[in-house]
Amino acid sequence: MSSIPDLGRRDLLKGAIAAGATLAAGAALSGCAMGGGSDDSGPKTAKGKRSADNPFGVVPNSSLELVWFKGGSPLYLADAVNPLFKRKFPKATLKQSSSERLSQTLQPRFVGGNPPDYVDNAGADALDFGALIQDGQVLDLTELYEAPSIDDPDKKVKDTLLPGAYENAITDGKPYALSYFTRAFGLWYNAQLFEKEGWEAPTTWDDFLALCKELKKAGITPYGFAGKNAADYHTTVLLASAAKIGGHEVITDIDNLEDGAWKSDAVIQAADAWAEIGAKYTSKSFKGLIHTEVQLRQNQGKLAFYPSGDWLESEQKEATTKDFTYAMMPVPSVTTADALPAHAIYATVGGGWTFIPAKAKNAPAALEYMRMIMSREGAQAFTKASGWLTTVQGGADGVELPPGMAAAQKAIDTAAKDNSLFETKIQTWYRPLSEETKGAVLQLMFEGGTGRQFAERMQKKADEIKKDSSVKKYKR
Amino acid sequence: MRHGKYPFIAGFLAAPAILYLVFVIGPYAQAFQIALTNWRGVTAHADYVGLENFSRIFQDDLFWKAMRNHGEMLLAVPLLTIVLALFFAFLLNVAGKRRAGSSSGLPGSGFYRVVFFFPQVLSIAVVGVLFQVVYRPDESGVLNGILGWFGAEPVGFLTEPGVALWAIMGVMIWSGVGFYLVLFSAGMASIPKELYEAAELEGAGRVRVFFSITLPLLRNTVQVAWVYLGIGVLDGFALVQVLSVNNGGPDGATTVVGMQVWQNAFAYYKFGYASAMGVVLFFVVMSVTALTLRLTRREQLEY
Repeated sequence: MSSIPDLGRRDLLKGAIAAGATLAAGAALSGCAMGGGSDDSGPKTAKGKRSADNPFGVVPNSSLELVWFKGGSPLYLADAVNPLFKRKFPKATLKQSSSERLSQTLQPRFVGGNPPDYVDNAGADALDFGALIQDGQVLDLTELYEAPSIDDPDKKVKDTLLPGAYENAITDGKPYALSYFTRAFGLWYNAQLFEKEGWEAPTTWDDFLALCKELKKAGITPYGFAGKNAADYHTTVLLASAAKIGGHEVITDIDNLEDGAWKSDAVIQAADAWAEIGAKYTSKSFKGLIHTEVQLRQNQGKLAFYPSGDWLESEQKEATTKDFTYAMMPVPSVTTADALPAHAIYATVGGGWTFIPAKAKNAPAALEYMRMIMSREGAQAFTKASGWLTTVQGGADGVELPPGMAAAQKAIDTAAKDNSLFETKIQTWYRPLSEETKGAVLQLMFEGGTGRQFAERMQKKADEIKKDSSVKKYKR
Repeated sequence: MRHGKYPFIAGFLAAPAILYLVFVIGPYAQAFQIALTNWRGVTAHADYVGLENFSRIFQDDLFWKAMRNHGEMLLAVPLLTIVLALFFAFLLNVAGKRRAGSSSGLPGSGFYRVVFFFPQVLSIAVVGVLFQVVYRPDESGVLNGILGWFGAEPVGFLTEPGVALWAIMGVMIWSGVGFYLVLFSAGMASIPKELYEAAELEGAGRVRVFFSITLPLLRNTVQVAWVYLGIGVLDGFALVQVLSVNNGGPDGATTVVGMQVWQNAFAYYKFGYASAMGVVLFFVVMSVTALTLRLTRREQLEY
């Protein structure tokens, strides 16, 4: 595996000569992109004795190096799990560092064959996960997911997670990622306002339309999203409607780039239903606003329903007044014969790009660390500190959540019981396709588009990507 | 001293030359090379794919939309900016009452000169944010607020496909006029006073003076302005990035090549393809510049 960078460089230089590029430029590219590959073979992992309590064989006095993405918030996960690790292995050394720019910080270490043991690979500047997997730089986590869980040794780790979480860790047939964070998507509204006016969160499309009519009469824009930079928020609710009408296959077909996936009746019907909302119950001005501007208008009582993930409540903390309480409802059922129940929701369950490098020096300790992250104690500590939900079943038990998050948690729990959680992968797999949905929903919602037009536009882009041999294809 | 002169001079020249080679020529050459690969920017792998990236560009709708937008901007922005700047510069320098044989600008021209130059002092990102507020599509926007007083419906300046590009061009012109006004003022100051006196004695009016004396003698300055504005218009990335809906939208109505390069490199991680676009843009800029200089070449006027 470690010879891959060398091969790459040799090919590149051969090509450089063939292409007649200048020697200086060739050296410059290989200088910045390549670096020297190291020739040591296989991970120099420290192995200790395995036992029921120590399934990966952690050496008690070994050293574990963790690298975290540092965004705007504290390192909640590290703060929650480090004490658990220290409690079990008091003699072990925990080395940790954090960076906002993981790509620049870590790329040379991967090329040099000297990566850390655990990488919290997130943020706008994360390492390209697909590229790392292709390069053989990521450890296969099968051992972790098949190991007995901490809370119940009779259950495997993967069985203690929400349905779909394990599947979301898988790329090309193997689990590579720590599948941990959960996000619920739905329509958000002000519970206090609804209670005061005697409005109820609708579950059918007819009720939804009736309420929109009433809202409009009351001088409130019934529905809106930010066209300038967050049109993809509407993509999630449109696909949610499509999935409810036609079932999970609607989404998986889209993700697998099946022929005619976007032109399925479910997608067209969902898009038509939303086109009516766009034509009658939104404000054209939202097309030119950014998400914070639209969210502020909701806080000011000018907008009733706003589509978003469950980060909304904490994002708007500063703008939320005393008479505003966030609540989330699933997208109402479009027909009475929908394939999925009304409580089905769009949710990202796990996934993500956090991984253990294939050349980690202390992989057993990193695996054990991940097993602790996925324990109920770890999840509860994390959720308590951060207010964010995890894939761990019962991970939020006994934790007091803010009202909006509590609503999101309840929605996930209800939907998880009968397998009514769904999500699309196009944002991770085919970014140009998910970008196209933004333009397409703007057309649909603000320019008098139709469901068929939307479906044809998206199908054209999907076909284009399917035909493009330079794009790596994925299946689920 | 004569003895060590050449090494001394070479020493001074070498430092900037090396900096230029490493930080300007080097990346240029590298962009040409990366354009021939399928490099994703994050791995050790980069395979040569020949001219495949370039043939893809020719089938890329958004790239052609960007080129068409550049074309429209090339027609409108330099022309309008230069006309406005010339008009104002003439008013500020020449059009005033003539006293004792010397011409001057209209009353208060010193004040206006400063005011017109203001936009040039602001960075382009600040200008963009400013115009976000001016163009905001509901009543809280400056323009729509004014329209609201007259009972008009709010206009989506940046969201209507037919209007958005003009709205962005308006910002370019607004922020450009001040600089070219100062440039033309400097040019006008170097035109000998006697020429104006002579024209006045012959009984020429202000319009006649402008077209027969000021404009011909400013020819070189106007030519430089045209080339600068042309190059500026072929960039345009910063304003489009800050102002446009959905990064160059609606549906590519305001996109520029720079936007496409950015999108392909940093959103799709197609660095090879993005570099190929950069290479194409490089040749377009060179061609437009060469063409402008060629078309406007004429005998130097000596005065």
